Amino acid sequence: MNLTPSLRRLLALCRKESYQIVRDPSSILVAFILPVVFLFVMGYAINLDADHVRVGVLREDPGPAAVRFEQVLSASKAFEVHSGPSREALVNRMARGDLRGVVVIPRDFSIRMAQGHGKASLQVLADGSEPNTAAFVGNYVQGAWESWQQGLARDQGRTQPLGLEIRTRSWFNPSTISRNFLVPGSISVVMTIIGALLTSLVVAREWERGTMEALLATPVTRTELLASKIIPYYGLGMIAMVICMLVAVFVMGMPFRGSVLVLFGVSTLFLGSALGLGLFLSTVMRSQFNAALAALTAGYLPALMLSGFVFEISSMPAPIRVITRFISARYLSSSLQTLFQVGNLGSVQGYASIWLLALTVFWIGLTALKTRRTLD
Amino acid sequence: MNIPPSTGAALEVRGLVKTFAAGLPPALDHLTTSFHAGTITGLVGPDGAGKTTLLRTLAGLLQPTEGSVLVLDMNPFTQGDSLRDLIGYMPQKFGLYEDLSVLENLELYADLRNVTGEERERSFKQMLAFTDLARFTDRLAGKLSGGMKQKLGLACTLLGSPRILLLDEPGVGVDPISRRELWRMVRELASEGLTILWSTAYLDEAELCDDVRLMNEGNIIASGTPKELMDQMRGRCLHVANLKSQRREVLRKALHDPEVVDGVIQGSNVRLVIREVGRFPDLAAMEAGPDAVLVEVDPRLEDAFISRLGGIHGGDSALAAVTRPVELPASIDPEAVIEARGLTKRFGEFTATDHVSFKVSKGEIFGLLGPNGAGKSTTFKMKCGLLKPTEGQALVMGLDLKFSPSEARQRLGYMAQKFSLYLGLTVEQNLVFFSGIYGLDGQQQKGKIHELVEAFGLRPYLQTKTVDLALGFKQRLALACAVMHEPQILFLDEPTSGVDPVTRREFWTHINGLAQKGVTIMVTTHFMDEAEYCDRIALIYRGKRIAMGTPDDLKGMVVTPDCSNPTMEDAFIELVLRADRERETQVTQ
Repeated sequence: MNLTPSLRRLLALCRKESYQIVRDPSSILVAFILPVVFLFVMGYAINLDADHVRVGVLREDPGPAAVRFEQVLSASKAFEVHSGPSREALVNRMARGDLRGVVVIPRDFSIRMAQGHGKASLQVLADGSEPNTAAFVGNYVQGAWESWQQGLARDQGRTQPLGLEIRTRSWFNPSTISRNFLVPGSISVVMTIIGALLTSLVVAREWERGTMEALLATPVTRTELLASKIIPYYGLGMIAMVICMLVAVFVMGMPFRGSVLVLFGVSTLFLGSALGLGLFLSTVMRSQFNAALAALTAGYLPALMLSGFVFEISSMPAPIRVITRFISARYLSSSLQTLFQVGNLGSVQGYASIWLLALTVFWIGLTALKTRRTLD
Repeated sequence: MNIPPSTGAALEVRGLVKTFAAGLPPALDHLTTSFHAGTITGLVGPDGAGKTTLLRTLAGLLQPTEGSVLVLDMNPFTQGDSLRDLIGYMPQKFGLYEDLSVLENLELYADLRNVTGEERERSFKQMLAFTDLARFTDRLAGKLSGGMKQKLGLACTLLGSPRILLLDEPGVGVDPISRRELWRMVRELASEGLTILWSTAYLDEAELCDDVRLMNEGNIIASGTPKELMDQMRGRCLHVANLKSQRREVLRKALHDPEVVDGVIQGSNVRLVIREVGRFPDLAAMEAGPDAVLVEVDPRLEDAFISRLGGIHGGDSALAAVTRPVELPASIDPEAVIEARGLTKRFGEFTATDHVSFKVSKGEIFGLLGPNGAGKSTTFKMKCGLLKPTEGQALVMGLDLKFSPSEARQRLGYMAQKFSLYLGLTVEQNLVFFSGIYGLDGQQQKGKIHELVEAFGLRPYLQTKTVDLALGFKQRLALACAVMHEPQILFLDEPTSGVDPVTRREFWTHINGLAQKGVTIMVTTHFMDEAEYCDRIALIYRGKRIAMGTPDDLKGMVVTPDCSNPTMEDAFIELVLRADRERETQVTQ
């Protein structure tokens, strides 16, 4: 092989790094096992959809309209309806945590319905100690109520019975299954861990074991040193990414509507920024323990909290929203969501790519600045 | 010693200053010296003397704060790119990748140094033969013994045929046998014209160099060939032989003599260094006995080092002065204060300690000696209750450590290799903490801390954070913490690694003083001169006790016509090699 000395050094360092990856069970664990476990936990166990929520129904009205509405609620998969004899009995059960909400169909329900003014009213009591479920109970009863009325109106040949009609249609996630945004979110978190955690160890390890000193005494340049820390872990990260995508599409049944090329591009840029962050921490800390802690704090936690994965970014206070712009998981998450559900969308992936590129340049640039050719 | 003709200075430093942080004393303090081509120069001094900083500056890894550095007439810091191919630098811990095999390590460094094609084939073959590692090319570097690691580290450094070799403490953690082999290799390289710098904390190791720089506190306190430096001491080194009385007591008294600047125990003799040739100390004042004679002996490099540092005075241990004589209960056999009975420890298939037995009597200093990985640390840890034996018994004052560990531990003090002090706490906080865990409180605690602070001169440092203490003071503090509860037995695990010889003398003054008060002491060590302080030594090799006796007994075992006056190191090496030969004959039979 006729290689330039520089290329030969780079290849030698990459080979060394790869041996270390392959021989260190923990990096294999982090790169190959963790994504799968994480995806399943996030995709199946954590489910923000409510199924079979136990609600009590108190029907004070014996009329036909009230009976039918109760049947509508009972038929819904969302609820497990428990009819009760009295308001107190049901409220007590709710206080015990037995029920998540109580729907009261008042005495004049059928009469008001018959009058046809759409003025019939329902009372929904929800257990506010679990706000998500409470909101779900309220919304779902409202939805059931509205669609039932529409059906009724159609049956009676009336149009626009309610004056203003609100119709909500969920696009891009038609069945409104939260898994469809949880999966892209958890892929972003997993990839952040792989990128930042693995590289956070690699420079610090050289310092701790005293090999950095020996490396620096050879003709190795700063660029070769940095590149040799990025390239193998980029490869490892890409393999993990492929595993994530395969599991998401073929095991969890996610659709994939975008192009592989765009996915490749976005992933590459994302890994650049995540690896850069980890390398920077490793370079500055020079201790594996500190660098790993810092990588968890600066990589994993923000990816979980500030990427829009668990909390909606648009509902965060303005200063926090500014911070989320510097969290690369945010861009991977949004790009993946569109790639899964919509397809290639220049405005999303293009925007994400620009930010990811900027973050990559920022972290790797900072690492290069902090990488010294000496021990001072 | 035969020095190759000088071809001029290969390395030169002038007025070199290196400061790491404002407020700290400089690591190198206006250092000026030069090193000649084709020689092995020893940089000798205790930890913190500035050896590593000097080597790193020469390798271009540190920028000098002041002064100039020239390596082959180039500045290593600014012209590093042209110099890197010409310098081979082996850092401490050898710079090897433990999860790479021997061959992979060699390949990595060959690529990094651009050694390719035929040259690569040739140098690999040469290196593997040179280091005798050809059988182990597939073994991971992390699984090699200390000596093999060191040889591989040297091989990796030698790739690309450098003209200058900078070796940072290559002898640390390597047993005398491997060290001797390394010397043979380095000697061969020097004869090929390489300029070699070898840093070490062992003064006896430096005696083998062509040229020596004695370093202390960032400066060079003496330069010259070992012969020149030792010749300056000729006539000033004496043995007090044919002692009838306690040699520890003789040493203590001798150090009070104004003519004496240094003194150690050597086997059954006391070795003294005197201020001036011909002005002998007073044997009667030492109460050395009627037959005692003074015999002139060959000087050592250590004598030169200590005398440059002003020598040591007074053999009284302030610690021993505040220690009450140990009174053993009548039920305990004074011949067996510590006892090992068929002590065995297995880790899976591997037997670290294999049926080791010994008895240590009251007031005795008992040493465990052996190459790295031979099982002496395992034996030691079982003796102080830190490891449970697989088989056999570890008894301390008649108590089995397996059944009454805490009761036994209350009677023993333990000083660990790295001192196990809380570095983030102040000196006082450490003292209070350790006295607390040994159950001292109230006036008793205050009184004991006060006594020890005075005995060890720790008063000015009470509020200093332990991490900022000099190594010698850390060692004093560690000893203070270990004897807080006035233990009848003291365990010392390589207690003086890295400290300067003067501090080491002071430490042994305390240990001798404690032994005289009846404290029983067990010690592991790498220093052969430290082994000489022991009353008896057990030599541990491959988990077995291969020899036991007084230092003179062990030396006597290896006397041959060729070697009529063996040193402790000679005895060590010969006994280990003998054990190897016996094992081989057993295997072939």
